[in-house]
Amino acid sequence: MMRSKSSRRFWRQVVIHAIMGPLALIWLFPLWMMAVFSTMPENGIFSPDIELLPSDQFWVNFQALQAETGFLRTLFVSVLVALISTVLSVMLTSMAGWALVRYQFRGKILVTALIFGTMTLPYFVVVVPQFIMVARDLGLSNTWVALIVPPLFNSLGVLFMRQAFSMMPRELFDAAQIEGVKEWQIFTRVALPLAKPTLAALAIILFLASWNNYLWPLLIASEPTMMTAPVALGTLIGVNRVSWASIMTGAVLLTLPMVIVFIFLQRFFMAGITTGAVK
Amino acid sequence: MAGVTVSAVRKRYGSVETIHGVDFSIADGEFVVFVGPSGCGKSTLLRMIAGLEDISGGEISIGSRVVNDVDPSDRGTAMVFQSYALYPHMTVAQNLSFGLRMNGNPAADTERRVAEAARILRIEPLLDRRPKALSGGQRQRVAIGRAIVRKPEVFLFDEPLSNLDAELRVQMRIEIARLHSELGTTMIYVTHDQTEAMTMADRIVVLRAGRVEQIGAPLDLYDNPVNQFVAGFIGSPRMNFLAAESLGGGRLKLPNQGGAEIGLAAAQGLAAGQKAVLGIRPEHFAAAGQGNCDLHLAIDVAEHLGATSYLYANTKVGEPVVVQAAAVRSAHAGDRVAVSIPAARAYLFDPNGARRA
Repeated sequence: MMRSKSSRRFWRQVVIHAIMGPLALIWLFPLWMMAVFSTMPENGIFSPDIELLPSDQFWVNFQALQAETGFLRTLFVSVLVALISTVLSVMLTSMAGWALVRYQFRGKILVTALIFGTMTLPYFVVVVPQFIMVARDLGLSNTWVALIVPPLFNSLGVLFMRQAFSMMPRELFDAAQIEGVKEWQIFTRVALPLAKPTLAALAIILFLASWNNYLWPLLIASEPTMMTAPVALGTLIGVNRVSWASIMTGAVLLTLPMVIVFIFLQRFFMAGITTGAVK
Repeated sequence: MAGVTVSAVRKRYGSVETIHGVDFSIADGEFVVFVGPSGCGKSTLLRMIAGLEDISGGEISIGSRVVNDVDPSDRGTAMVFQSYALYPHMTVAQNLSFGLRMNGNPAADTERRVAEAARILRIEPLLDRRPKALSGGQRQRVAIGRAIVRKPEVFLFDEPLSNLDAELRVQMRIEIARLHSELGTTMIYVTHDQTEAMTMADRIVVLRAGRVEQIGAPLDLYDNPVNQFVAGFIGSPRMNFLAAESLGGGRLKLPNQGGAEIGLAAAQGLAAGQKAVLGIRPEHFAAAGQGNCDLHLAIDVAEHLGATSYLYANTKVGEPVVVQAAAVRSAHAGDRVAVSIPAARAYLFDPNGARRA
């Protein structure tokens, strides 16, 4: 009985791996080729014989990339923007989520519906009026504020935190309230520590969103000193010439930190993905 | 220390009123239990006293102070919750001291109070543990300890033993009673378990659907329930209720019990043909021939607990009768048994539930 059960499990694993293995290879192949191309000379990328193994031109390509775009500085801008955005956005969305769970106020349902309703709007619908408001009306083009603040309020983040707080027993907060603990202390000392897994998952998602954001920084930060790394890579696609080797090198440098972050924090990342669905 | 006065207190959620003008007062140092079935408003009432729920009307005083608009933390109360409500990310010591620390209480005094509470509740060895490493009983002790460190004027307990197993419940019941006699503080305790109410309370407040049905000492409620609800709620197993019909002259017929007849002083005012309900507690039946009205019962289930036996009879007739008999070990399902109702032990209720005295 036990043996047939374990052998069934074994064969199930074989079948799953037989299906998932090739799928993973198909998915990973472009990423591998990106890494391979980043080590090839410009003319090697388009040679008729496709090379599947890395060459030795990475450093040369990186120097060209740095010369063309000042890539290290754009990388620094990207890191700074992503870090600040993540911290501020986590704070803002968790406070909004807390308010939606804790307080009874007139129009609460409407406010909640409006916040979550924005999730259904495609970003491209929002980005043009947002650009007009920030760039034309407020005159904030090429500023840190313009780069960081508009994407801060993330309705997905509010949904995450609202879910996390609403799953916590209300009695915990009642107990603290009776003990004379101030509302801000209840939030920071009781609720937030208990929401750590959700906060971590949210932080990863928000960091990734900011790191990968292309359209908004492209519109609002055109000056080289304010340019983020993805936008800098975009400038390498010209009308007459596309610097593929530099683009691939930059893409590898952009992807690498995320892969490392993901490997170390994938437990939280998966928790984040399932938060909305399960809780 | 302080007493609590509740005057005409109401609670409305939109157009729905759940507490309908409740009045009572609790003396300083008294142990009062709110008891009633689920949804009767007992926890809501407790939360209103704690300040966790606004009141829609009336007045609540703690000591000489009206606390309607006073913040929960300033009412001088401490509350123990059914789910313990311990902060899972803090150790026991941190749980006990959290409120004091957040309020800027001097560290030395906080430490002293935590040590004192730990001593009273015998949880000193647990101070460095997290709640997840504690058993249910230990968690409940910590929850009580958290209330003790506040040195409240009134302790509020919201079904604190519901999550414990039967044995632990009995043990904690004794602990809380000991705590009350040791501290002498006013305690208000909510439960749906009438055994807890009977064993712990100085006085019981019986609630039903947001109204106080009766307030009194446990044995007063047991001996003199004002209505059929209280009579049924207090006492375990619950009182038997038999349909009765007046024959006039203080005599009653029990149509569902083979037409047995009994004379009751309380039935004197009933006109012939008038309907009523006769109540008799399972433990008050006498042996056949030794009471005033013999009932012949068909036993459906017999429970023998050793010292006592419960016989569940006539369930098929639709008017079940439970008889508590000491050491009737020979009775089994399917047997027939005769018992008698002593008139002095019987209660009479109008069809609307009011007691006829």
